[in-house]
Amino acid sequence: MSRTLVEKIWDAHVVKREESFPDILYIDTHLIHEVTSPQAFDGLRKRGIPVFRPKQTVATADHNVPTLNQHLPIKEELSRYQVDMLTKNCAEFGIELYGLGHPYQGIVHVIGPELGITLPGKTMVCGDSHTSTHGAFGAIAFGIGTSQVEQVFATQCLLQQKPKTMKIEVNGTLGKGVGAKDIILYIIAQISAAGGTGYFIEYAGTAIQALSMEARMTICNMSIEMGARGGLIAPDQTTFDYIKGREFAPKGAEWDKELAYWKTLYSDADAQFDKVLSFKAEDISPMITYGTNPGMGMGITEHIPAIKSQPESEQFSYQKALEYMGFEDDKEILGRPVDYVFIGSCTNSRIEDLREIASFVKGKQKASDVEVWIVPGSKQVEKQAIQEGLDKIFEAAGFQLREPGCSACLGMNEDKIPAGKYCVSTSNRNFEGRQGPNARTMLVSPLTAAAAAVTGKISDIRELL
Amino acid sequence: MRKFEKLKSRVVPLPIENIDTDQIIPARFLKATTREGFGENLFRDWRFDSNNQPKADFIMNNPTYSGKIMVAGKNFGCGSSREHAAWAIQDYGFDVVISSFFADIFKGNALNNGLLPIQVSDEFLDVIFQAVTKNPNTELVIDLENQTVLLAETGDQESFEINPYKKSCLINGYDDIDFILNNKNLIEEYEQSK
Repeated sequence: MSRTLVEKIWDAHVVKREESFPDILYIDTHLIHEVTSPQAFDGLRKRGIPVFRPKQTVATADHNVPTLNQHLPIKEELSRYQVDMLTKNCAEFGIELYGLGHPYQGIVHVIGPELGITLPGKTMVCGDSHTSTHGAFGAIAFGIGTSQVEQVFATQCLLQQKPKTMKIEVNGTLGKGVGAKDIILYIIAQISAAGGTGYFIEYAGTAIQALSMEARMTICNMSIEMGARGGLIAPDQTTFDYIKGREFAPKGAEWDKELAYWKTLYSDADAQFDKVLSFKAEDISPMITYGTNPGMGMGITEHIPAIKSQPESEQFSYQKALEYMGFEDDKEILGRPVDYVFIGSCTNSRIEDLREIASFVKGKQKASDVEVWIVPGSKQVEKQAIQEGLDKIFEAAGFQLREPGCSACLGMNEDKIPAGKYCVSTSNRNFEGRQGPNARTMLVSPLTAAAAAVTGKISDIRELL
Repeated sequence: MRKFEKLKSRVVPLPIENIDTDQIIPARFLKATTREGFGENLFRDWRFDSNNQPKADFIMNNPTYSGKIMVAGKNFGCGSSREHAAWAIQDYGFDVVISSFFADIFKGNALNNGLLPIQVSDEFLDVIFQAVTKNPNTELVIDLENQTVLLAETGDQESFEINPYKKSCLINGYDDIDFILNNKNLIEEYEQSK
């Protein structure tokens, strides 16, 4: 029978299927971090049971860590305690930890792929909604809550309803200055922040196939921002080339065996999806969000949609969002001044993102009244950036290259955007207060962020290339 | 896990759409390492101003409204997977959240903690909002066994869907780990087959 890629991987991981019960789904790899794991470890202690498969679990500290002076003890007491708890829990339960000071430390969704832990055909989970990032490799990867973290600790399995499947095709060629971030912001703006709820999404089409692995990760990362359980892309030569030679990737005969399996991982030509959407790459321009959920996005030269153009039942929430942002409907955003530029997060903090920004800002200066933070996704990204001399380019431009972590994406550490200030951000969420109480976030691509940094205002990158 | 069977209570209406988990419990309050105490910071930045004074215009600061049932606009609980959102709602004193649409992860987290998420139609959600606007003392009756939500005063009623397995977990107060652990031999068989 014809099956979609999601069905192929899912079915290969079902331990038990029973009428009117969720499937017991086997989880190959469990990633953990300091924020959503402590209560799960506590649960194990209360039950008096160990982590069932500690070797299939990998930990890092990312959400709370400072992005300056990481060699010093964490100043903020509660953050330090939470990071210390992770260290203690990992030692007690026999889990490998890439904590602060480790050369592999970084944002959990950046280190999995770069270390070759993320592989096609795997099932992967993490107590973090952006686990969908790993789907870029043709894996079933999704975020879970802490009770489920405890389930996976205890059993290496999850009780899960098989999700519905959706295919989103993007065909054609992207225009100048338009990248993966613009594709995903465009899709979310088209189908809304709830448009993918209940589905697992497969991204396909010529514009997706043409993307690098890092760009594919940006796309899959934001699947959750339209409510989807996860998103994935069928693995191809681009995928295999990226994985080969990475630290924990299969080697030798094992590689050949795995590769042969990975090549079977695609949706059959006549496989049935529950929903299919199709978009044209040529219709996508550099995107920006103007509201307080990722579905409130538009082309950067467009006007904010009128309140009266919204369904009547949604007008109150819509107006509330614009008031929070200090914006008026039917006006444009282009040219508005910017206070902060944040380049980082599991969406856009990889070496390609940094290279792209460096090639644009080389020889340019940031605008004098803008603060620019670049937070690399991992120690390895940071090291690579320095080896390539990108740090010098950023320094000359007045951009601050900091140390790895989730940083101002969610402001759990000191990296907060002050109340009322406007931040152009390469991260994934523009919710109220996400980057700090009353901070105002506009989500964009790395290039559009760099353009704002240099001009001090919302700018069309296409005019500057 | 707490058991749930039947509940009759007044409601707190939040007619706002796309309430994300960053609003329910902002990230800066996720540093605790236990499950307790998050209720204090439920909707922190909507409830309190920057000087920690209650904002008079937020409905949870209005004594006219109280109860164990929260009723919110569609796509409730979107965004971050933080289970702390479900813990905060429960810790504050809610046992049920009603909306016309829930984000997947939030819904799962709620069920795993004995907090009942009830999805009703857009029309019925509107009926509830209107009834509560008219009379803040409006009571709802939640019957999990029969899967119904009833407006006590008017008799308006709607049934809701819930996975039969999850329903039995709530009624009996047991959780997924107990269920999976009973199948441990199958897990080991699966591993050996790979």
